[in-house]
Amino acid sequence: MDLNLTPNEQQFRDEFRAWLKANVPSEWKGGQLGSEDREDYIKYLRDWQRVLYEGGWAGISWPKAFGGRGATLMEQAIFQEELARANAPQLIGTIGLSLVGPTIIALGTDEQKARYLPKILSGEEIWCQGFSEPNAGSDLAALGTKAVRDGDDFIINGQKIWTSFAQLADWCLLLVRTDAEAPKHKGITCLLLDMRLEGIAVRPLRQMSGDSGFNEVFFSNVRVPVGQVLGEINKGWTTAITALMNERANLGTGVQVVFKRNLEALIARSRTVERQGRPASEDPLVRQKLAQAFLELEILRLNTNRALTSLSKTGIPGPEGSTLKLYWSEMNQRTQQTAQEILGPYGQLKEFDNGLWEYAYLRSRGNTIEAGTSEIQRNIIAERVLGLPKSY
Amino acid sequence: MDFDLSKPQKLLKESAREFLARECKPERVRALMETETAHDDGLWQAIADQGWLALLVPEEHGGLGLGLVEMAAVAEEMGRACLPGPFLSTLFATALIERAGSAEQRAKYLEPIAAGELRATVALLEEGASWDTESAKLKAQREGGSFRVTGRKLFVNDAETSNLLICVALDGDGLALLPVERGAGGVSIKPMASMDGTRKVYEVSFEGVSVPEADALGADGDARGALNGALEVATTALCAEMVGGMQWVLDTAVEYAKTRQQFGRAIGSFQAVQHQCADMLMMTESARSAAYYAAWTLTENDPAASVAVSIAKAYCSDAYREVGNRGVQVHGGIGFTWEHDLQLYYKRSKSSETLFGDATFHRERIACLVVDKEKN
Ligand SMILES: Cc1cc2nc3c(=O)[nH]c(=O)nc-3n(C[C@H](O)[C@H](O)[C@H](O)COP(=O)(O)OP(=O)(O)OC[C@H]3O[C@@H](n4cnc5c(N)ncnc54)[C@H](O)[C@@H]3O)c2cc1C
Repeated sequence: MDLNLTPNEQQFRDEFRAWLKANVPSEWKGGQLGSEDREDYIKYLRDWQRVLYEGGWAGISWPKAFGGRGATLMEQAIFQEELARANAPQLIGTIGLSLVGPTIIALGTDEQKARYLPKILSGEEIWCQGFSEPNAGSDLAALGTKAVRDGDDFIINGQKIWTSFAQLADWCLLLVRTDAEAPKHKGITCLLLDMRLEGIAVRPLRQMSGDSGFNEVFFSNVRVPVGQVLGEINKGWTTAITALMNERANLGTGVQVVFKRNLEALIARSRTVERQGRPASEDPLVRQKLAQAFLELEILRLNTNRALTSLSKTGIPGPEGSTLKLYWSEMNQRTQQTAQEILGPYGQLKEFDNGLWEYAYLRSRGNTIEAGTSEIQRNIIAERVLGLPKSY
Repeated sequence: MDFDLSKPQKLLKESAREFLARECKPERVRALMETETAHDDGLWQAIADQGWLALLVPEEHGGLGLGLVEMAAVAEEMGRACLPGPFLSTLFATALIERAGSAEQRAKYLEPIAAGELRATVALLEEGASWDTESAKLKAQREGGSFRVTGRKLFVNDAETSNLLICVALDGDGLALLPVERGAGGVSIKPMASMDGTRKVYEVSFEGVSVPEADALGADGDARGALNGALEVATTALCAEMVGGMQWVLDTAVEYAKTRQQFGRAIGSFQAVQHQCADMLMMTESARSAAYYAAWTLTENDPAASVAVSIAKAYCSDAYREVGNRGVQVHGGIGFTWEHDLQLYYKRSKSSETLFGDATFHRERIACLVVDKEKN
């Protein structure tokens, strides 16, 4: 065991740290979290991603040939830690970077890699994930959006729901049913779908938090060339699992940046809000809760680094990613509850700290639902990690 | 960065597991638990032969001079086996002597400790039962070249089987660390019967006990710093031990859930049971990350070490109790019996929770280091 950075990792860190120092926009205040759909915010992050890309710092783990750096997983972890340390904006297009990109790298053809990967990195093309449907959520394999072969095209009809970023997205990683007769896992195909095609309608759904992070997407006779299949026809379930494993494994490293900034802001706030006439930071109960939030976040970092060590030895993210997902989603809900307790009614204000706390608290409700609910993660851990018999 | 045990560390851990599976079976744990001291000379010597008592002792004093990660790997296996007896108390004393002792004192005590000939414990707690070194109030009076001590120490681990008690006393504003032989005049030891029979605690009374000033440890240095440092070492080893205990409970519960049938199928196919097990895994792995990180930062003298140790102890304290509880629940009625070994681990989780400070104590330490720190 050696948690020291290797000389290469150290060089990587120093280089990135210096780059961040020179490039993190000075007007970026860090606390500016706000809602996900604000146009100025999205534009801000897009511009930032472009800066990262041009500096060679986007999608660093991807092969050099596709605009990445061929960085090791550990360098990826360092990358996230440095972003957090520099209080830099997060990366936009997380779905492209953490989910679609790695899946294309794993299963795409050379042409697909060349066509899609660089633009994911630059933030030029934003992706969404069209998996869930009204009647296929946890039971994703029950999806019914139909794709019927017509010469060299598929014709798509049906509906997706909860599709985050669909309102901005240029592309969609779409799961469709191509064989209605086969058992449900065996008739699914994954498509790389141009969101500008005729017949696609996006209807934003308002989230509990007031913003419109996710959408309904309707397909009516949308024509997609067969060349857009990612992986193999009727083997889309494999593609979906690859994507989901990557999502679970990667999100844990990405969210740390946001959580760390959030907790630092909370600790700073605890010095200015009062409890019984004294700064809240001096209240024994508040101190207990802040310390708990701090230690849980540290352990998220450690768990992630351990998972990365094992991943760099085995190569493919496995069901262990479910443990990370379960951990960070529930952790964030506890931490946001702590924030609300410390801030009292201020925590609910839309103007206080730009509405950061009100938003973060509500948004955290979704954490245990998106990317697989906590119940589903626990099922996966029980059956696929611990080897318990199947429950259904 | 490599957050995994190295090959030699893995071998050390495996050999510890094999040794304990042979020498420290549940029947032996139970037998020792019923004795007055939970100590067994034969087992102790076998442990010494494994080199575990020498593990942290520097090579110049007959030790192996290994680091806390190696210690943690072995301690994890001790926890899995629920090893009874004075290992941890001697480790605490070892770390204290190493930090506070003069070259001469180190030679005098560490060599016999490494060889298994001397057991030592630190007497720190008093009525307040706080692990904060500022809470030690027992006074050492200077009197003609000696310290004289009269008063009581409580919750002293393994006092009865330790040849040497290191009494933490107040000398003015500073601390005097006074090595006292168990048989010395004025020392009396009384058991404090407690829940976890595998780890005994005692009340130690000092009645005008006299220790030559020259014998005090850390007299010309930072005795309090040495004590805090030794506490961090012992705490980290304890955390690793707790991880091993959690792993045993998890493995045992999962195994049971796969075999026990109700309603015509294995109870492990019920989600209510599955989810208990999934949470136990998440807690056990998180505890493991925290414990080994603490071990590593201490070994490296990393500035994050103090926070890391408190993170580990705060987390492990809550997690082991919780994992223990779920383990009992998954077993149903059999889990509540004296007959099932779960009780050993459940009680161990409780005694470990408070030993060297509970979660509340360590969270306050974290708050001092993290919340109070002025932002730079
Ligand atoms: C903020 C947010 C963003 C999202 N973004 C996207 C996106 O970009 N793309 C996308 O495709 N989807 C997205 N989703 C959808 C998300 O993946 C689904 O909501 C999720 O998988 C649950 O499906 P469901 O909503 O149909 O709930 P259901 O599956 O109906 O679940 C309802 C309840 O039943 C429980 N349950 C269901 N099955 C089981 C079982 N077998 N065992 C135990 N309990 C069970 C669930 O845990 C849950 O508590 C997003 C969701 C949210 C909240």
